[in-house]
Amino acid sequence: MNAFAASAPLQAGWSRRASTFLHGRPGFYLSLLLLPPLLWFGTVYLGSLFTLLANSFYAIDEFTAKIVYEPTLATFKQVLTQPAHIDIIVRTLVMAVAVTIACAVIAFPVANYMARYASPRMKALFYVGVMLPMWTSYLVKVYAWRLILAKQGILSWFVDTLGLTPVLEAVLRLPAVGGPSLASSYLGMFIVFVYMWLPYMILPLAAALERVPESLLQASADLGARPSQTFRNVVVPLALPGLAAGSVFTFSLTLGDYIIPSVVGAPGYFIGMMVYQQQGTAGNIPLAAAFSVVPIVLIMIYLTLAKRAGAFDAL
Amino acid sequence: MTSAIEFKDVSRVYGDVRAVNGVSLRIATGEFFAMLGPSGSGKTTCLRLIAGFEAPDSGAVLLDGQDVTSRPPYERDVNTVFQDYALFPHMSVLENVAYGLRVRKVAGAEQTRRAMEMLELVKLGALAQRRPSQLSGGQRQRVSLARALINKPRVLLLDEPLGALDLKLREEMQIELKNLQRQLGITFIFVTHDQGEALSMADRVAVFNQGRIEQLDTPRMLYTRPATSFVARFVGSANVAEGELARRLMGSAEPFAIRAENIRIALPGESQDDNVIRCNGKLLDVQYHGAMSRCQVQLDTGEIFAAAVSEHSGNGRFAPGCAVVLSWTASDAVQLRSEPAA
Amino acid sequence: MSRSALNRPSLGTRIGAFVGLAFLNVPVLVIILYAFTTDDRTYAFPLPGVTLRWFEAALARSDIWAAMRLSLSVAALATLLAMILGSLTALAMSRSRFWGKEAITFMLVLPIALPGIVTGLALLAAIKAARIDPGFWTIVVGHTTFCVVIVYNNFVARLRRMPQNWIEASMDLGADGFQTFRHIVLPHAATALLAGGMLAFALSFDEIIVTLFTAGHERTLPIWFFNELFRPRERPITNVVAVVVMIVTLIPILLAYYLTRPTEERS
Repeated sequence: MNAFAASAPLQAGWSRRASTFLHGRPGFYLSLLLLPPLLWFGTVYLGSLFTLLANSFYAIDEFTAKIVYEPTLATFKQVLTQPAHIDIIVRTLVMAVAVTIACAVIAFPVANYMARYASPRMKALFYVGVMLPMWTSYLVKVYAWRLILAKQGILSWFVDTLGLTPVLEAVLRLPAVGGPSLASSYLGMFIVFVYMWLPYMILPLAAALERVPESLLQASADLGARPSQTFRNVVVPLALPGLAAGSVFTFSLTLGDYIIPSVVGAPGYFIGMMVYQQQGTAGNIPLAAAFSVVPIVLIMIYLTLAKRAGAFDAL
Repeated sequence: MTSAIEFKDVSRVYGDVRAVNGVSLRIATGEFFAMLGPSGSGKTTCLRLIAGFEAPDSGAVLLDGQDVTSRPPYERDVNTVFQDYALFPHMSVLENVAYGLRVRKVAGAEQTRRAMEMLELVKLGALAQRRPSQLSGGQRQRVSLARALINKPRVLLLDEPLGALDLKLREEMQIELKNLQRQLGITFIFVTHDQGEALSMADRVAVFNQGRIEQLDTPRMLYTRPATSFVARFVGSANVAEGELARRLMGSAEPFAIRAENIRIALPGESQDDNVIRCNGKLLDVQYHGAMSRCQVQLDTGEIFAAAVSEHSGNGRFAPGCAVVLSWTASDAVQLRSEPAA
Repeated sequence: MSRSALNRPSLGTRIGAFVGLAFLNVPVLVIILYAFTTDDRTYAFPLPGVTLRWFEAALARSDIWAAMRLSLSVAALATLLAMILGSLTALAMSRSRFWGKEAITFMLVLPIALPGIVTGLALLAAIKAARIDPGFWTIVVGHTTFCVVIVYNNFVARLRRMPQNWIEASMDLGADGFQTFRHIVLPHAATALLAGGMLAFALSFDEIIVTLFTAGHERTLPIWFFNELFRPRERPITNVVAVVVMIVTLIPILLAYYLTRPTEERS
């Protein structure tokens, strides 16, 4: 009766039996695959995030410096009402917006050139030239800027050689952006931020620009638009999703960073530094947790805005 | 005697589309069987149900009398030649062909010997060490064939096997496949949307439409005795008259089909032989097909019929726009099954 | 592709492009330059002189070696775990559709989408709540969490590009699921998995933001480096370590690039 099995000498080892068992039960097979990652993320990551969130609803006892495990909004109130804290949030937000705008302005010609004008060879060079610094060690890059911005560093030498030292000094005397040297001013910090996140703006922007069909530009020119008009009316609107995608990176990365402000920059605190300091030396995890919720909320607001601009179509 | 393949009321549903809708059929051992139909008619899904790539939502699939409905593909004595060949690019031609033996843990030397044998059978022995990417479309087709045959399956499934080949190669392969099937005595089931291919190669043809089999018959019967208007139109594009037109022409509202080559076309006033059914129309267009020309005629009632005229019957006298008379004998008209309202 | 007259960049675009590219790359070159300076007090430029002796001095420092060893073992272990978790997820998600799939993707990207400080602090809060001593294993757990998505993205993209009928052909010819995986899926997708692993390794080796929260008293190379930035003992040695870190991260990245470059192997 078993003519089929006889004709096909299939060994019924455990692996074949297991395979057949799973083949008939695709749902079970999927759950088996997903079980380890789900367990990991469910416990380690979501568990941690939940603990963080829970902590932000606790408060620290002023006298004993111990955490009081009772739900309260006091810590959030502290974050959102103390003038020093509001300063920190505003300072971080202004920096994030400024960095995002600067990245967009600098990235546009680079992305535009590599996506639409460069020869295949030049294009490859540009991609490597953007990706290599992007993947270079984060700390090393920050450190490089400390060398560059230092008092006797490359930039000073360069400025001096060009005879522009008075100009630099004048800039450093400006109230909000200046400081004793470039390495300890908001201007210097701003330059480093822009440098660090620029590739994250260039790449999605270039991807969006590459998708702009040549024929659209030809059509615009054909209809009588000058190159600058074509650029303004056709290229920029079509690149907007890429711009939005890139800005999500630059904005969010600036909001959460605490290394750059502590290595290069002025004395004023940023959100990231505040979080790091509160959990560390101050030992106030509830305040740190509540502070860390701020960038999450800001990013969610930003994401909602970016999504309306079609940012995620270009990711 | 048990059939090589049997479908018992098989259905396969995707969302709200019934890709296969209650199909029952038997395919005899050693048969060269064609599944013919337009795209989306369910023929490919039926092939995939036999191979085991899909499971039916209801019904049973039997292979040599055994229910294999829930068996995975690797436990079915059936092999497939894929439409785009699905050769493994990281293996040589020889490794591709030997794959079926390798996963059955046949000894290495034996694998090579039998794979070479198969390659010889499809006349590709010289290309054993090539990569699939170095082969032409026709050669890939043969590799795919050799690979599928190496396990000596009960049934060979071919999914649009000739679709990607050019006309000349296609004609050669038709003959070769037919010879191969006779030589090996294996049941061949092939899926095609090309009615010419199905008629010329298959012993029997199942015509699929909207997930059902409209007619299952020999090529000759399909052509001469189509059962439904769909089959009549799809196989050899016959003229179909239904409803009012049928009543006027044949005296009964039952639909009927009449082949273009069975219609005689004449100018008004010319002698009409003994053909008994006549109707008047206007010639729209004449398409030249070599030995025959195909005339598109708009009947006075508005329908368009096609009539074939042979080269030697002097078709030069027909010019688009002229009035013509179509006629045929009652016995050439094929009564069709009236179809249930869709 | 033809380049029409319309398709010529304006001078501004061209200058902007090349200046931008230089801006991105000069700092990297500066680091390499400073590893050879003879100046050990300031960051003077132009360099007063050139020497190789700091490389020698760095080699002799046991604290650097210890940090290096720790970073390498953390990266290796985190990569291994991320490759397991990432490939399992990719295999499950590459073709099937099921309820909650979007949520899983979202959860995977969350650790790199949220600011590092949030992930770091969250892990720390959990470590404290669970009364675990932070150290080697907590670093590994943190790194694994944000490395999974890197492996997953690389692997799932390759799996999705693989024609479904290769799998069908393999099973049709008698291979069961495991054999098909070994003989067909893996040869096709292994390089993508490996590339994902390389990127994960580089990411882990270089990570500082999350690590500072989860490391306890352990010192990975980036933490060593970070401390040197504030309390420099020997600046030139820091410069040398910077170059070493840069090379150690770039090698796997270049390998990954090489492994995933487009090939003509498509049938």
